Amino acid sequence: MLKRTPLYSTHAKLGGRLIEFGGWEMPVQYASIIEEHQAVRSKAGLFDISHMGQLQVSGPAAQEFLNHLLTNDVRKLHPGLGQYSLLCQDTGGVIDDLLVYQLEEHNFWLVINASRVDIDLAWFAWQHEQFPHAEGVRLENMSRNYGALAVQGPRVVEFINSCFSTSRGEDASALLPAALRRNQIGHYLCGGASVWVARTGYTGEDGFELLVPAANLDPVWEHLMTKGKSVGLLPAGLGARDTLRTEAGLSLYSHELTEKISPMEAGLERFVALHKPFFIGREALAKQQSQGVSKKCIAFKFTEKNAPPRPQYPIWSTGREEQPIGEVTSGTQSPSLGIGIGMGYVPPSYCQPETAIAIEIRGKKVPAVVVSRPIYKKAQDPKLSNNL
Amino acid sequence: MTSPVPHDLKYAKSHEWVRLVGDVATIGITDHAQHELTDVVFVELPPIGRWLKAGEACAVVESVKTASDIYSPISGEVIANNPSVIENPALVNTDPYGAGWFLQVRISLPEELEHLLSPEQYQAQIPA
Repeated sequence: MLKRTPLYSTHAKLGGRLIEFGGWEMPVQYASIIEEHQAVRSKAGLFDISHMGQLQVSGPAAQEFLNHLLTNDVRKLHPGLGQYSLLCQDTGGVIDDLLVYQLEEHNFWLVINASRVDIDLAWFAWQHEQFPHAEGVRLENMSRNYGALAVQGPRVVEFINSCFSTSRGEDASALLPAALRRNQIGHYLCGGASVWVARTGYTGEDGFELLVPAANLDPVWEHLMTKGKSVGLLPAGLGARDTLRTEAGLSLYSHELTEKISPMEAGLERFVALHKPFFIGREALAKQQSQGVSKKCIAFKFTEKNAPPRPQYPIWSTGREEQPIGEVTSGTQSPSLGIGIGMGYVPPSYCQPETAIAIEIRGKKVPAVVVSRPIYKKAQDPKLSNNL
Repeated sequence: MTSPVPHDLKYAKSHEWVRLVGDVATIGITDHAQHELTDVVFVELPPIGRWLKAGEACAVVESVKTASDIYSPISGEVIANNPSVIENPALVNTDPYGAGWFLQVRISLPEELEHLLSPEQYQAQIPA
């Protein structure tokens, strides 16, 4: 029996094509993946991401506990700020990648991958049991009480403020979501609903992610759809979410990240705070930092139009001594670039941008070139960046 | 959701259509098939001169999410393939029975045509 978010009937009404993802019945597309992708790149798109897990970690020892389990340094946060982080085994292998927001001094909120919710929660519970200040930490699984929405695209900022007011009923735009810098999170009212709005996203575009009490998901969705009409906001499904994040060079758990892959191998060193005296996986990751890794994540682009690359297609070296050197982990025809793009793992000697490689598709070797991430590059407003 | 199937074509269970003129069969995929595939991004067609057996995989259609094999409904020699769908794969979605055709085959075993489905038989096996 597949799980459904509170927006299931809305998706059905909008003509959403429903598929199974991580135990959930979710829309892969409404009209067309390409159309939805292009809407996010040029205007705005709205995604239901309520299948993702949400975990509240609170108490006087919450920060210490999180810094013990997560690779990034939670001390860089303050109330109203979030960061990307990873949860690792002591081998350094990734259990999950996630966003952690500090809502209040002793109150943190984690957003975790839908396919890893049960595993993450079990890990957190088990680590909590062994934690010396366990009584100073409270874990609450909020996945059923809360849903989430992502509204992404260059024109979201034009209408987002019209959807919210502050908790004190103020209207001053300095206090509304458009004033948030990247990774910041604030608390607002949408109609009567109490919503956390973060300036984060998984598409490579400007945008926001909303944490919404389950009972308010439908009205908040409708509110955004109504106000977003003025810029051409479209509902967008998981298909477009995947092509967008692949163009942005962002990792997807179970593709670029698994328990057999470390953040160092994945190219996510900047989210690993080795200066922290201890966190689970620190020793293994410090060793990789000093001794190097045997495989490294690359992004690549085809040099000529062909069938799209797909996960598990072999990657070959080119030139005199052609040999298989790795495997594709994500691949698609880029809707924005009109050519095959993807990511995969190869030995470090092949990971310099401009290295020529080939992807094997049905026995044929298709030429490609290693590129830096993001694969699709868009001019970023430096005011918006807040690299945590 | 999809339009009624054209009456001048014959069909295969695997959602290919055949338009026969003399001994030349033009082959493509049905509206139902393109709808299931969603956005087509690439089509791989067999070379002219290749000999096909009925039921043999002869082409590949790639959508954003998956690759699908296309099976030749009949046996014969490939005498043409459609450069338009290679240039513009979206034609398969927008005009599956017309400009989105895949290949033409000079049929070698006319009796195979009797094993193809009539428009009514094909219509009956796809959801309304």
